[in-house]
Amino acid sequence: MATVELDDIHKRFGAEEVIKGVSLTVADGEFIVIVGPSGCGKSTLLRMVAGLETITSGELRINGLRANEKEPMDRDIAMVFQNYALYPHMSVAQNMGYGLKIAGLPRDAIAAKVAEAAKLLQLKDLLDRKPRQLSGGQRQRVAMGRAIVRDPAVFLFDEPLSNLDAKLRVQMRLEIRQLQADLGTTALYVTHDQVEAMTMADRMIVMNAGRAEQIGTPLDVYERPSTLFAAQFIGSPAMNVLPAEGGADGLRVAEMVLPNPAAITGPVMVGLRPEHLYPDPEGPIGLRVRLAEPLGANTLLHGTLASGEAFTASLAGVHGIGQGGTMLRLSVAPENIHLFDAASGRRLG
Amino acid sequence: MATEITGMVQRRGAGLWLTHLAMIAGVLVIFFPIWLAFVASTVTQPEIVRPPMPLWPGDQLIENYTAALFSGVNVPVLTMLGNSLVMAVGIAVGKIVISLTSAFAIVYFRFPGRNLFFWLIFLTLMLPVEVRIVPTYEVIAGFGMLNSYSGLIFPLIASATATFLFRQFYLTVPDELAEAARVDGARPMRFFWDILLPMSRTNIAALFVILFIYGWNQFLWPLLITTDPSMNTIVMGIKQMFPSGDDLANWPVIMATSILAMIPPVVVVVSMQKLFIRGLVDSEK
Repeated sequence: MATVELDDIHKRFGAEEVIKGVSLTVADGEFIVIVGPSGCGKSTLLRMVAGLETITSGELRINGLRANEKEPMDRDIAMVFQNYALYPHMSVAQNMGYGLKIAGLPRDAIAAKVAEAAKLLQLKDLLDRKPRQLSGGQRQRVAMGRAIVRDPAVFLFDEPLSNLDAKLRVQMRLEIRQLQADLGTTALYVTHDQVEAMTMADRMIVMNAGRAEQIGTPLDVYERPSTLFAAQFIGSPAMNVLPAEGGADGLRVAEMVLPNPAAITGPVMVGLRPEHLYPDPEGPIGLRVRLAEPLGANTLLHGTLASGEAFTASLAGVHGIGQGGTMLRLSVAPENIHLFDAASGRRLG
Repeated sequence: MATEITGMVQRRGAGLWLTHLAMIAGVLVIFFPIWLAFVASTVTQPEIVRPPMPLWPGDQLIENYTAALFSGVNVPVLTMLGNSLVMAVGIAVGKIVISLTSAFAIVYFRFPGRNLFFWLIFLTLMLPVEVRIVPTYEVIAGFGMLNSYSGLIFPLIASATATFLFRQFYLTVPDELAEAARVDGARPMRFFWDILLPMSRTNIAALFVILFIYGWNQFLWPLLITTDPSMNTIVMGIKQMFPSGDDLANWPVIMATSILAMIPPVVVVVSMQKLFIRGLVDSEK
């Protein structure tokens, strides 16, 4: 049962500022995903919450109490590391119980807690094994178990699934989400994978260059990205972005004219998600297809516009469209047109 | 020649026999002097000095070894063995403890002068006992540690090699492990005891073997600071058994002592061989 508040958190490594003021209030039991490209400061932010990095300025409050100066163990947190960080010479049970042993719990109490967590994670038969005798997924579970037995106020995950294969990743993703929901523990989860972010988060923070570009629910971010960066980072394949000029008759993108729902004038950036495009013989967008990627449920079409800009469309179903420079006319619903300020990249309308 | 391809890894047929033959010849060459020493330790003095030298053991084994162990030439060999054992174990354990902890400090703590200290330690690599023997003697004499175990052990303990080895090993331990321990609530020394030390165990074993032999084989230093025969170590003690002037060397007893001097290092190597090799080959991360 815990809330986490970040109040204008900054981090400086020497002269370089890597976190440029992040504020966030995490409600009790919420699952927050911090997502961004590598080097955006997402891991640093998490490590500051964990107490593994000092906070240059700003205040961190866990359960309303200032935690800036607290040691990790006094913050009532548990962390799952990217490489699991299991102690190689200890058995699974010892790994899971180590924190409790340090806390001075009696032996039988530790054993009971470890057994309980092992049951939850289906690790019962592996308790006597050493980490090197486990598969990647099992190690991941042990790392989870180590976090669970301590019954912390906050779980911190630092890209915990990045070392697993694709199939296992999907499975563990579900398991982690399920477990967190069952336990009702507040969680902060760092990932660079936008699919993980979309599927797991109650709310997500899209980070870029030390700043939070957007904080919101996954669908919020998808439907109303507040910056160009968030718009392009979330969603796969990435949003098409084209420079345009707003006018009374519509948005002029090169020689195409798109509807202008918010009647915005002047230079803007237009964002169109590939999956929002649909074939329409009368459509304003002319796409010359260079490459088609049939995925089964949908087909990705990569090509260029008449103006020469690269453009991607994702159409439902399998299309018999060849690679050989087919010309395709596409249209988009006015409510699916995203507009951003050309200079600042902020959302318009 | 299909077998040729597997040459390096696994020989077959004639190659296999040749390899073994070369190996056996090598072993014989190395083993022969030891055999001669053993033979010499089982015969009487007149038999040794009269050519040709005997090549097969005589019947004096028990007599010679009893004489060596319990009376020796200057001092019973048993005493010297004890001294050597204390010195070798003292040096090995001392070096390991010091280098484990100093490497821990250098790798895991940020303190002013950390690099300076590391390089100071590293510099001592270039200063073996022989180079600093006069000043070291002066210091030990000043502390009144001549003819004592502490005098034998302390000057040889500070070890750059071992510190360097453990530093390199610690650097390969993932940082996440230290962080996980920190999140688990382990203070630095707890991390050292519970995590780092058990992980270093094969390295410690390998180092113990090397350092034990290093300590056991020390010659110059004990020769210099132990004037009292009861403090002699066995390696230098053998030398002390050679008579000065016209006295006759008691070869059977000297040879028995040589054989006895070889036993403890062999026991250490053989008993720790498994750990030793594992320590050299992998570091179990």
